[in-house]
Amino acid sequence: MFAFILSRLLQALPVMLVVALIAFAMFAYVGDPVSIMLGQDFTEAQRDALVRDLGLDQPFFVQFARFVGNAVQGEFGLSYRLSRPVAELIAERAPATLELASCAAAIALFVGVPMGVFTGLYRRSWLSRFFLTFSLIGVSLPTFLIGILLILIFSVWLGWLPSFGRGEVVQIGAWSTGFLTGAGLKALVLPSITLGLFQLTLIMRLVRAEMLEVLRTDYIKFARARGLADRTVNFGHALKNTLVPVITIAGLQFGSIIAFAIVTETVFQWPGMGLLFIQSVGAADIPVMAAYLMLIALVFVAINLVVDLLYFAVDPRLRADRGAVRGT
Amino acid sequence: MTAAPLLEVRNLRVEFPTRRGTLVALHDVSFSIAPGEILGVVGESGAGKSMTGAAIIRLLEPPGRIAGGQILLEGRRIDNLSQDEMRRIRGRRIGAIFQDPLTTLNPLYTVGRQLTETMQTHLDLSNSEARKRAIDWLEMVGIPAAAQRIDSYPHEFSGGMRQRVVIALALCAEPRLVVADEPTTALDVSIQAQVIALLKRLAREKNTSMMLVTHDMGVIAETADRVAVMYAGRVVEIGPVREVVKHPHHPYSIGLMNSIPPLDHRVERLAQIDGAMPRLNAVPPGCPYNPRCPKVFDRCIVERPDLLDAGSTSAACWLYDRAEAPHV
Repeated sequence: MFAFILSRLLQALPVMLVVALIAFAMFAYVGDPVSIMLGQDFTEAQRDALVRDLGLDQPFFVQFARFVGNAVQGEFGLSYRLSRPVAELIAERAPATLELASCAAAIALFVGVPMGVFTGLYRRSWLSRFFLTFSLIGVSLPTFLIGILLILIFSVWLGWLPSFGRGEVVQIGAWSTGFLTGAGLKALVLPSITLGLFQLTLIMRLVRAEMLEVLRTDYIKFARARGLADRTVNFGHALKNTLVPVITIAGLQFGSIIAFAIVTETVFQWPGMGLLFIQSVGAADIPVMAAYLMLIALVFVAINLVVDLLYFAVDPRLRADRGAVRGT
Repeated sequence: MTAAPLLEVRNLRVEFPTRRGTLVALHDVSFSIAPGEILGVVGESGAGKSMTGAAIIRLLEPPGRIAGGQILLEGRRIDNLSQDEMRRIRGRRIGAIFQDPLTTLNPLYTVGRQLTETMQTHLDLSNSEARKRAIDWLEMVGIPAAAQRIDSYPHEFSGGMRQRVVIALALCAEPRLVVADEPTTALDVSIQAQVIALLKRLAREKNTSMMLVTHDMGVIAETADRVAVMYAGRVVEIGPVREVVKHPHHPYSIGLMNSIPPLDHRVERLAQIDGAMPRLNAVPPGCPYNPRCPKVFDRCIVERPDLLDAGSTSAACWLYDRAEAPHV
């Protein structure tokens, strides 16, 4: 098991280096940082001095190595736009995005999986047909439109829920949470539904398809022939056998929820990393963009590792360390 | 039979409603099994052998349904029970063994867990009692080092060992009757004999009746007390095993027994029955065997024979109608 994790981490290393290279290339090719920092009036001597101070006269590899070295320590320099350390900016915004993403993921899982099981078991009921039609809407409507529609209905017409921001947040150490106040929770509702809806419908359709497949198998028929209760068969034997593909997709989707919260955060003016990123793109704030890129890559790598470990937990056939087929 | 039958099937009719009309898969199937008796059921693929078994434990593939007749277990009708009452009969009163041991066991649960959950569904057992009994059962079906293997997963066993586990699962709640649907077809020939011997021994020890569905005449001759021969969804002959194998009466049974190659001398050509069994939507009027029957006469084409007394067995053939008897 330990060897597996180690090999997975070693495989992740080149991925992260390539992403770092792309992030680093942004500094060199998207505008000239020296002229950005010097402004309008400068002498050639000032310019040379700055280039030397920043180490830009050194060979490419030395510069890249230094960038990676700093990045490993979470050091991405100062934001051009806000003149504050990038790491600090991201740390400030991360809780908002992570809380939003986990709410969205929780909605997608805890609503999507039961709906998928239901539609798989009762294929012909009108409720299943309704769920499937509804899921088509979820898959085909763009996120921003869903967000705007929800704001129109629940904020403008009904006035039940706030249309923007995080409401009240409570600061716990470095973490600011919206979970502890009523206003904070209310503010979470619309954005997490907007962000989670697509994933919910995806998971529902996936679970349904897998359930249909598994319910046809001999071991489910045999479980029924042994007289096990329907609940045990459907939610134990059948659902567990659908989990491997569901974990794969749900894991990747959690990554995209974090990475692509950008649209939702923009629609709801949610003060998270996505909004920070969009504002940075507008101002060509390269250090922030580079850091965001690397952070998202890291999130995906980490999620993939967790997904691989979950496979082992679910499917005994993958646990190679138990030894090959014993006896006859 | 002097003793009251354990299972009695009376005029069982199974239909499959399809878009192009109703297909009758089982037609007036009647037979009984005495306590402790092993009834072999033979016939070609599609004759309705497995479907009879599935109808008894009420696990017909939808849209198949029991459209007529009665099934009685220990004198009580079970074909009209609710799904929940039927569930309590499956496993507890009627066990089932399926064809392919590689697909019959749930790959994600240990064999011990599958045994204990079956026993605890039907019997009032504590966890430790159930585990102890599960080990006993694994020993009884001949799994070496049962106390260690109880925590193994199905993929850690070979095909023959898995079928032994399936047998333990079918018998562990001590049912009075076991429906074994081609229990050895998927196994190596060398393993088949062992598994059949095990089944026979356990059935005798526990005084369990068995309905043994197979197309292997050798297995039947070795194991069964009585045999039912099925053709196109009907029982065409039924009687004591020795009589049916050595002195069959129905022309189809005669053809079936003749097609077994003799071991004591070489034959130029294997005997075969010309033609094929009719498809369900093209069963001819009269006796379903009439297009292939070498002894066909006028009455066979218009009128369907029921099981008639043919001396040592009963055969559904007009040849044995005393009033008729043209050229026996």
